[in-house]
Amino acid sequence: MITIEDAKSHGLSESEFQNILEILGRSPNLTELGVFSVMWSEHCSYKTSRIHLSKLPTTGPHVLIGPGENAGAVDIGGGKAAVFKMESHNHPSFIEPFQGAATGVGGIMRDVFTMGARPIASLNSLRFGEKEHKKTKHLVNGVVGGIAHYGNCMGVPTVGGEVYFDPSYNGNILVNVFTLGMCKTDEIFKGVAEGVGNPVYYVGSGTGRDGIHGATMASETFEEGDEEKRPTVQVGDPFREKLLLEACLELMATGAIIGIQDMGAAGLTSSSVEMADRAGNGLKIDIDAVPKREERMTAYEVLLSESQERMLMVIDPEKASEVGRVFDKWELEWARIGVVTDSGHLEVMEKGELVCNLPIDALTSAAPKYDRPSKPFNHPQRVESVKNVPTDLAQFLVDFMGSPNLCSRKNIYSQFDFMVRTNTLKTPGAADAAIIRTEVGSSDLALAVDCPSRKVYLDPREGAKHTVAECTRNLACVNAKPLGATDCLNFGDPTKPEIMWQLIEAIEGMAEACRILETPIVGGNVSLYNASDDVDIYPTPGFAAVGAMGGRSISMHVQQAGDEIILIGRETNTDDLGASEYLWVREKSIGNRLPKIDLSEEKRLQDCVRELIDEELIESAHDCSEGGIAVALFEKLFTTGLGCSLSNISEPRLDTFLFCETPSRILISIPHEALVETKILVQEKYGLSFEHLGCVSPSPKFKLGDVCVEIARAEKAWRDGLAALI
Amino acid sequence: MKNAKIVVFPGSNCDTDCERALLQVGFKTERVWHRDSTIEKCDLIVIPGGFSFGDYLRAGAIAKASPIMSEVARHAERGTSVLGICNGFQILLEVGLLPGAMTRNASLQFICGEQWIRHDSNSSLALKKKVLKVPIAHGEGNFRIDDDGLRRLQDHDQIVFRYCNQEGVVSSATNPNGSVDNIAGVCSKNRRVLGMMPHPERACDPKLGSNDGADILRSFLNNRV
Repeated sequence: MITIEDAKSHGLSESEFQNILEILGRSPNLTELGVFSVMWSEHCSYKTSRIHLSKLPTTGPHVLIGPGENAGAVDIGGGKAAVFKMESHNHPSFIEPFQGAATGVGGIMRDVFTMGARPIASLNSLRFGEKEHKKTKHLVNGVVGGIAHYGNCMGVPTVGGEVYFDPSYNGNILVNVFTLGMCKTDEIFKGVAEGVGNPVYYVGSGTGRDGIHGATMASETFEEGDEEKRPTVQVGDPFREKLLLEACLELMATGAIIGIQDMGAAGLTSSSVEMADRAGNGLKIDIDAVPKREERMTAYEVLLSESQERMLMVIDPEKASEVGRVFDKWELEWARIGVVTDSGHLEVMEKGELVCNLPIDALTSAAPKYDRPSKPFNHPQRVESVKNVPTDLAQFLVDFMGSPNLCSRKNIYSQFDFMVRTNTLKTPGAADAAIIRTEVGSSDLALAVDCPSRKVYLDPREGAKHTVAECTRNLACVNAKPLGATDCLNFGDPTKPEIMWQLIEAIEGMAEACRILETPIVGGNVSLYNASDDVDIYPTPGFAAVGAMGGRSISMHVQQAGDEIILIGRETNTDDLGASEYLWVREKSIGNRLPKIDLSEEKRLQDCVRELIDEELIESAHDCSEGGIAVALFEKLFTTGLGCSLSNISEPRLDTFLFCETPSRILISIPHEALVETKILVQEKYGLSFEHLGCVSPSPKFKLGDVCVEIARAEKAWRDGLAALI
Repeated sequence: MKNAKIVVFPGSNCDTDCERALLQVGFKTERVWHRDSTIEKCDLIVIPGGFSFGDYLRAGAIAKASPIMSEVARHAERGTSVLGICNGFQILLEVGLLPGAMTRNASLQFICGEQWIRHDSNSSLALKKKVLKVPIAHGEGNFRIDDDGLRRLQDHDQIVFRYCNQEGVVSSATNPNGSVDNIAGVCSKNRRVLGMMPHPERACDPKLGSNDGADILRSFLNNRV
């Protein structure tokens, strides 16, 4: 007899258990309880976020498939679709960083190729604790190694990403991975169990006991000693996934597949339930037929296993022989394990007995939805200004460039194969967004991912707007226009009203920014309970945008001596230090006030820079964000052998001018002859500020009044910034 | 038209890139599957990069047992040109068509990035002593060979490419992975089999940063290394 204690040990609350008893009119058996526990987990049911997620704009002229499928899809012209999504693998990666990150990559790739799209590019967004924390080095190397291991073996280039270090992630790192694939717009596959009587096939690796209750674990907070949960982390096999990719695409081409879904979180359970749910049908599954790699596995274990590299398919019975032909060729396991029914139930047989018989809608639409209470986060008063200019500003600039959140990420991205497929037109570090060549007739694509989480923490609504603005600004800087985006909402414990408030505010801010910046969200992921020993992470609504390239693309780096250096967008306000890197590095404070972003101004800025690029007026463009003008400028100069002379600046406080983080600014370089035309366009057509800072100089020095920094010194500090970690 | 065959193993992932590059420089291409036991007459056999059999056991170690490899060896003996790139190079070492062995990069990390290599062999007119920009992407590219073996490679002019800097200087500072003598590529004594860690197929388009790889592939149109 199942008791409330059993339910609680499965992560279900007392009221949820009562609810189950009422829906069924009986007590569930242990297997059924397991199925409920994963389907009603936060990870699968989105029970806390669902009512708020509906506020996000999900439609647009290019959107083919919005949220609800395995991944979203946008039209990129030429009859082709880009299929993409971002997902988190935070909890497993903290427990076992290499396998946790690796299987995160594996999972997101399956989400994409299950739609019929061959993966062509990946990104990642990582958050670690502070550099000095005792676990950080181990976690960074494990996560980076795991992503490299899986992505490189799959032959999918990892073309970009972002990494930040902050104490709020000391006990709960974030590993968010994004994959984009491409297919024909009329050959997108969906996860539907259509056609009563159609056979259900299982393909891929055998099922083991790994990852049982992974989805439930991802719905709990961490406590000291949780590394002991290691057995719930799955082990990835990228080689097998590469075979699975090729086999699935080959089988798709035969027309045999009616519906297909990967077995990700909650494994066979969620894939069967979701496929049946989308088609309004039932499924009957025979546990004995499921390929296994361990002996004496129970139905409970098989249903809840999160073994990797597996797919569930509904097959056209007339073409069923194709399954064996293709999967034998690729030496993968396959088996017919069930049938589509009209019962509306998930029926599971084990040794001829019915061991699970649950209505599909009880597991999906009847899953709880919570409107959890929220209340504004009460921030203490903090230091919000920096008392004095650093005594040696030149030395400070060098050290600042070498600080963990600003230094080069080359030690990380050089471990990723970012060139395989020979379509990476802008490699990591070359521009504000990665650029991927697609095919003749279709748009080349720009990809960027962003989340200034310190800003979101200080002001979730404004911070989420900053997130969307920064990410789409990165696209604009390479002359791309957003087609769509995916989000990955990483938050703390939502049962705390302040965390719930962060989540709601951030979603609403993100929704507003997406609307104004014309970037619909076509899919995403929510990861809650990112907390450890009662410390919640900074709210981190990761955002990855996909843009269609205009005709001309430019670099972020300055191109030649003599070019003018201009800051366009909003006029610099030296008081904009809230949540800035400078305030953090100098005062270990995040301040009290986040600069408000004006989204219509941001939109004008992005349109403006695209026009400047198209009109061939500018040579380079780089988003001015973390670290302010100084950092953007150094980044524009590194690797070029050139320097700059900033002669037009007459500020009383050079430090705050150089480091403040006024939003909506882009640093451009233009030929001297283009100065007048550019100024007119920026100021008159777009109504934006035009700050002429100085010019590119042939000698590799950063010169500003009495301050002179050898670029090589700053570049060395920047290049070696992560050397102690990786 | 010269005819190239591309050998595909489970886990190969540069097969499409090689096909594109070979077509671009003027080859006709066809893929052959690792379980095939014959390769029809052709001018060049390419073993592309990737992770054949997941690099399990050791890079290239399992691919060695595939039926196609004895056919590749037979072709090499008869004088067909064979080019192994990255994992393909590792496979050629495993089957003994080239001397030496690979171990993990000295950094113990996978490394991907731009790389300069110098053509160091006297045999090819087209490439002689040229400094080429050809990217690398590997975790096990640390070429090892004993002193006698190295001397034999040197004596027979079998060291085709060495890692260098943009100026063509070969030194420990320009060695990305710890390879003996900065070796990036070697050929067989009869000069029909070439293995190299850098990826020429990724350097066949100025838009991707280099067109130097096309020169290497093109030299096979003239049967020269």
